[in-house]
Parts: sequence; C-alpha cells; structure tokens
Amino acid sequence: MSVNKSINILIVDDYTTMLRIIKNLLKQLGFDNVDEATDGTAALEKIKNKEYGLVISDWNMEPMTGLELLKQVRGSEAAYKNVPFIMVTAESKTENVVAAKQAGVNNYIVKPFNAETLKTKIASVLGEF
Amino acid sequence: MSENLAPKKEAESGVSKRDKLVKIIGSMLDKVEKAGSLTRESIFQELIDLKKVIEESRREIGMARPGDIRSKDIPTATDELDAVVEATAAATATIMDSCDAIQTAAGEVGGAPADKINEEVMKIFEACSFQDITGQRITKVVKTLRSIEERVGHLISLLGDKAQGSGEHEDKRVGDARLLNGPQLPQKAVSQDEIDKLLAELDGQ
Repeated sequence: MSVNKSINILIVDDYTTMLRIIKNLLKQLGFDNVDEATDGTAALEKIKNKEYGLVISDWNMEPMTGLELLKQVRGSEAAYKNVPFIMVTAESKTENVVAAKQAGVNNYIVKPFNAETLKTKIASVLGEF
Repeated sequence: MSENLAPKKEAESGVSKRDKLVKIIGSMLDKVEKAGSLTRESIFQELIDLKKVIEESRREIGMARPGDIRSKDIPTATDELDAVVEATAAATATIMDSCDAIQTAAGEVGGAPADKINEEVMKIFEACSFQDITGQRITKVVKTLRSIEERVGHLISLLGDKAQGSGEHEDKRVGDARLLNGPQLPQKAVSQDEIDKLLAELDGQ
C-alpha cells in the first residue's frame, strides 16, 4: 500500500521548537500539508473542523494533555474517531505507554528522536513509503 | 545556611530536640499517672523545660532564615531557571532559522552536495530537540522549588515572627569571588550601551 503524502497532518506540542522540528522532518519525508496546535483543546477544535490523515501529539500540555485529546478523539462518535494517532513524548515510563495504548494510540515515540524513528513509526501506522 | 541548623549541634551532644521533647512529655505523663507524686512545682518545672526546648527550636529555625528562603532565595532560583529556558529557546530558534536559510541555499545548488547539506542540516534540527527536553526538566525543577516555597511559607505561618529572615544576606565572600555573580537576568542586566557609557565616563575622569 503506498502512502498518500498529500494527507493533512496535525502536529500538537506546546514547545514551538518541537513543532518546527517535527514539521521540518515531515517535510523532508515528503509531507507538506501540516497544521499545528499548541495544546489538546486547540487540536480538538482543528480535528473537528478539518479531515486529518494523521495526528502527532505531545503528551505533557496544558490545559488539555495529549492523552486527554486522544481519549476525546477515540470517545467521539464523529468520523475523526479513528484518525491515526502517534504520541511523541518525553514520558517514557511503562505505565505511560500502557495508558496511551489503552486509550487507543497507534504508536508511541520517545523524545528525543530522529527522522528515521519518525519515518519508521509513521510507516507502521500509515504503511511503508 | 546548613551551618546554622541544629543537627550538627545535636550530633555533637548525641541528643536531638525531638528526643528531649519525648523525654519531657514522657516524664510528665508518668507523673500524671502516679498522681500521688504530682506536685505543682514538678509540673511547672517540666513545662519550663518544654518551653525552653520549643524556644530553642524556633530560634534555630529562625537562624535558617526561612523568610529569606521563601521571599528571596527560591524566587531568584526560579527566575534564573526561567531565564535559562527563554535563552535556550531563543538560541534554538536562531539555529533553526539558519538551518532554513542553508536548506534554501542548498536547494538552489541542487545535486549531491545539496543532498549532503540537507542530510547534515536535518541532524542539526534533530539535535535542537534538546531544548524541549531541557525545558521540561527545568520546568519540573521549578515546580519542585515552588512546592518547597509553599511549605516554607506554611512553616513561617506556624512559627510566626521568629521564622522571618532579615531580608539581607550576609555575603561572606572575599576578594574577586565577591564580584562573581554569574549572568544577570535579562530584566536586571546592564546593557552593553550602558557599559560603554560607563567606560566612557570613567575614561573621561
């Protein structure tokens, strides 16, 4: 299955540095349609109003965390309920990974990470490219 | 600060304040139990001893300047850490701006050299994620310091005036060491313009 690189991707992080890094890495991987949000609440609004093919979100944000965002998305009855969701976070404890998995995360990247890791994780969710 | 605290003195005497309090209260309870031997004088003496231990403890806590810790030391530390986060964020943004410019220039060159340049620039981008990680770690430390600040505030409210600090730190450093205070916070720092002006004034003297 070839990956459609024109999909809309939403990246969520409260650190603008991280948003910029991920956006740049995605661009290098061939994904140009990238939107940004700086917390879960803003991200949820975007998800409700636009169709995304992938959400890449940090965990530790205020007022709404990445995990809460994931739960709200998965708990919805709307079409976006099943949007592929990758958590990118510095939270690397086993219980964090378990909680994210139970909430319905598709993959989990621990910071700091490199372009190769991002590519591998995206491929595991969307298919090889 | 630590040299003012009681444990060193207690270690020398071998008896802690807590032990003393427990001993006095135990003795009082003993006497109350044996009501026959209870005299007004003995109870009074026990209370005097108890008061003395409590007063000493308050004085020693006061010497640790909890008021200064809450109003000056911790806020200074958190301001410094916030400044670290801001400075690294600004520096990282500058590095990434340069990376963008390099990539644009590489795109104009094209071919294998451009690919190599882009590959290396991506490594710089990846490395810039240090700012996010260090920022999160520093934020954690700031939260811990604020929690300590709250607890010290609670301690002060329990102990009253004796726990307040002097508001002034005695600087025990001598010689050049007295001049070393590290980088100033942006809002307190003297600008290069001000330094140039001062140097010019000194030259003119």
